Amino acid sequence: MTVPDFPRDALILGGNRIPFARSGGAYAGISNQDLLTAALDGLVARYGLQGAKLGEVAGGAVLKLAGDLNLTRESALGTPLDPRTPAIDLSRACATSLETVIRVSNKIQLGQIDSGIACGVDSASDSPIEVTPRLRRILHRAFAAKTAVQRVKAFSAIRPADLAPVPPRNGEPRTGLSMGEHQALTAAQWGITRQAQDELALASHQKLAAAYDAGFFDDLVTGYRGLSRDQNLRPDSTLDKLSTLKPVFGVRSPEVAEPTMTAGNSTPLSDGAASVLMGTQEWADERGLTPLARVVDARSAAVDFAHGAEGLLMAPAYAVPELLDAHGLTLQDLDIYEIHEAFASTVLATLAAWESEEFCREKLGRGGALGAIDPDKLNVVGSSLAAGHPFAATGGRLVATAAKLLHQREVETGRVQRGLISVCAAAGQGTVVLLESVTDA
Amino acid sequence: MTDAYTKFVRSAPGALLAKRVGLPRPARLPRRGDRPGPVLGPVVVLGESEGADQVAHELLGWGADVRRRFEELRTVGSVILVLDEVSTPADLGRLLLPLAGAMRTLAPGARVVTISRPARGEDPAQDAARGGVEGFLRSLAHEMRAGGTANGILVTDGVGPDAPGVIGTLRFLLSARSAFVTGQLVTVASEAGSLTEDLEQPLAGRTALVTGAARGIGAAIARTLAADGARLVVLDVPGAGTELSRLANELHAVPIQLDVTAQGAGERLVASLRERGLRLDVVVLNAGITRDKLFANMTAERWDPVLAVNIASQIALTDALIEAGAAGAVLGAQPRVVSLSSTSGIAGNRGQTNYAASKAGVIAFVDALAARLESLGGTANAVAPGFIETEMTARMPALTREVARRLNSLQQGGLPADVAEAIAFLSSAEAGGLRGETLRVCGQNMVGR
Repeated sequence: MTVPDFPRDALILGGNRIPFARSGGAYAGISNQDLLTAALDGLVARYGLQGAKLGEVAGGAVLKLAGDLNLTRESALGTPLDPRTPAIDLSRACATSLETVIRVSNKIQLGQIDSGIACGVDSASDSPIEVTPRLRRILHRAFAAKTAVQRVKAFSAIRPADLAPVPPRNGEPRTGLSMGEHQALTAAQWGITRQAQDELALASHQKLAAAYDAGFFDDLVTGYRGLSRDQNLRPDSTLDKLSTLKPVFGVRSPEVAEPTMTAGNSTPLSDGAASVLMGTQEWADERGLTPLARVVDARSAAVDFAHGAEGLLMAPAYAVPELLDAHGLTLQDLDIYEIHEAFASTVLATLAAWESEEFCREKLGRGGALGAIDPDKLNVVGSSLAAGHPFAATGGRLVATAAKLLHQREVETGRVQRGLISVCAAAGQGTVVLLESVTDA
Repeated sequence: MTDAYTKFVRSAPGALLAKRVGLPRPARLPRRGDRPGPVLGPVVVLGESEGADQVAHELLGWGADVRRRFEELRTVGSVILVLDEVSTPADLGRLLLPLAGAMRTLAPGARVVTISRPARGEDPAQDAARGGVEGFLRSLAHEMRAGGTANGILVTDGVGPDAPGVIGTLRFLLSARSAFVTGQLVTVASEAGSLTEDLEQPLAGRTALVTGAARGIGAAIARTLAADGARLVVLDVPGAGTELSRLANELHAVPIQLDVTAQGAGERLVASLRERGLRLDVVVLNAGITRDKLFANMTAERWDPVLAVNIASQIALTDALIEAGAAGAVLGAQPRVVSLSSTSGIAGNRGQTNYAASKAGVIAFVDALAARLESLGGTANAVAPGFIETEMTARMPALTREVARRLNSLQQGGLPADVAEAIAFLSSAEAGGLRGETLRVCGQNMVGR
């Protein structure tokens, strides 16, 4: 590799994921490593990467076992990729694989690598369970003991209460509130109605099912363990059915007068893995691959949710305007929007914020509102509410889907298409990416 | 893949017991890896015709030890009976009886192949002689021992004994690749096709599609075609996607996830092939399912999917491939279509009315398809497996399965690779003279013809 004239375009060449399963469902008992290996195996098969030495495989998981130190590298080693392909694990909660896309993109643009895979995996069914801090200290003392007497002495300190395992925390460490409880506050604050949330959820199921029927996912999803579609997908769902569900979040918060968030308009815990193949134009040409889109730019933001200054999942509302401004674009200049449906109310609250003069003036420091978007351009083939949301796999799913959509639409219209991907994440963070279609022509 | 019974009778006490009480003792069948050579020698070519000389000359060209009589031979590996010029039943005895005295000298895994002409309804005496070959051959196959097989080639009048189809069929039947094919007659109807130069990689430079490739016989077909040099496109339902990916990774093949019964499946396949710039020389229509039930208990839920997957999808896919047209053609110059039938489609099978209907449909379908493909220089043929050791037959009730295994001349189940070998042969350039044939891979199962 000679030193290139950089920055060069980092191109999305394709993707592959396994169908997402409901937690405790089709993939119960299967490890993160197996899930990620399956997603990578399918990607290698689809793009003929057997024996290929890539620049890097960047991946990660949110619910990660301590033993999965090199989860991505170990998974890549299980595929027919050249074993000399390096790998890295990184993490930013639900934005993890969006961050891996950005990392691979940056490295390609800077000429550090020519090709790479961005990926992510999560298994809520196989989440880590820890021991109490006290038991951990006792065990460390016992392992360090030099004599049997010392060891027995260390073990004798164990009390029955120490033996209770500590399940993964289902809440923000700084507030003690779960993500759903946080979002219930945001939904109430923005006055997001139950009706609007159920409609968004229903549309997500209908659009995802229609896309599967049309074969849109034929080259994005590889069946696994008998699943050929996302287990959470309910093509026959109706507003009536959704309206019968009881609210599950915000029910105990005095700030929420009328809870609206149900299991139907919130994403379920899921298991799954997703991957994205990226490379330079030259690398794609050498392999006869058709680039779908290029990564234009990305931004991350964080909000002060801990002191209540902003809702936990509102960071993308801040990151998107910054990203658009950097490229002289307005919100309406985009052709598709992939906004992660952590909850239906997250999407609706974000859109409401951009439509609000007050929010845009006071919080974003702008002259006026960003305005509304064309709802027909939002999550056009369904999103997390229907597909499910294995945390670190969602970004990869969105990028591959968006890249294929943008490419298809440029082929149809002959015009360059722009797409926005927006993912909120735990701890008040958010990551957004701007993609632009490319074609051979 | 040796079944428990066979393992037992191959053990010392088992062999003794089986011999005493006359239990079947299945022989170990040599396969491709056990006997890579083209022909088990020495080979004796019997017959007085010019065709016999041509065949003997051809075999000399393969480097075989060729003789014209049995004298002085202690063991015989292969026998070719060239009967293309018999004119009365009286001719048969003169030409065939020398083999009678040599039967006990046949080596384990020996091959007997007749080359004769089919009756044509013109000359009673000649037709009787020609027809008689079939009865002789099918009975001889029952008498072959130690894994030996006997098969025939019927060469239509006007087609020379050195036509590519005849030589290709002879190569297949003499090789270890036809281990589980016995008692069968294959008709070579034309001079079409071409001889393969590279015997190690007869499918080199060709692209083959295998449907239902993720598991079982489909995966075996893909592996065999790949070993023969073909570039593979492997197709299966999305639910089997990961198995398909792993097979694709193993064979450096192109995976296509597609439910062959889906609306527009043919068009989706054509689009996928065009997108990747692929042209198919070989199409193996293997995807198939069973939903067994006595007809008295048969419902549309059990009938319809079997017909949809096993035959309707084949019609739809081949229609779409042919109709893709000249401009964006996705079929190569001399396409070979091979479809999967079943001995159940020939003889019928209790509890399989739906399956047998679909598989009998395949037999008639390839015949019609062959006629349609002729203008493209292509052919269509079928393979009808008998009892093959697969995940599907492993789920049969134990006793039924055990009986099914013994009900053929070789007294054992075949392997997926045996079916794959027959398909590889029908996919080759040499098989151009075979049109609408259904080749049984059944160890001469005692049902049907």
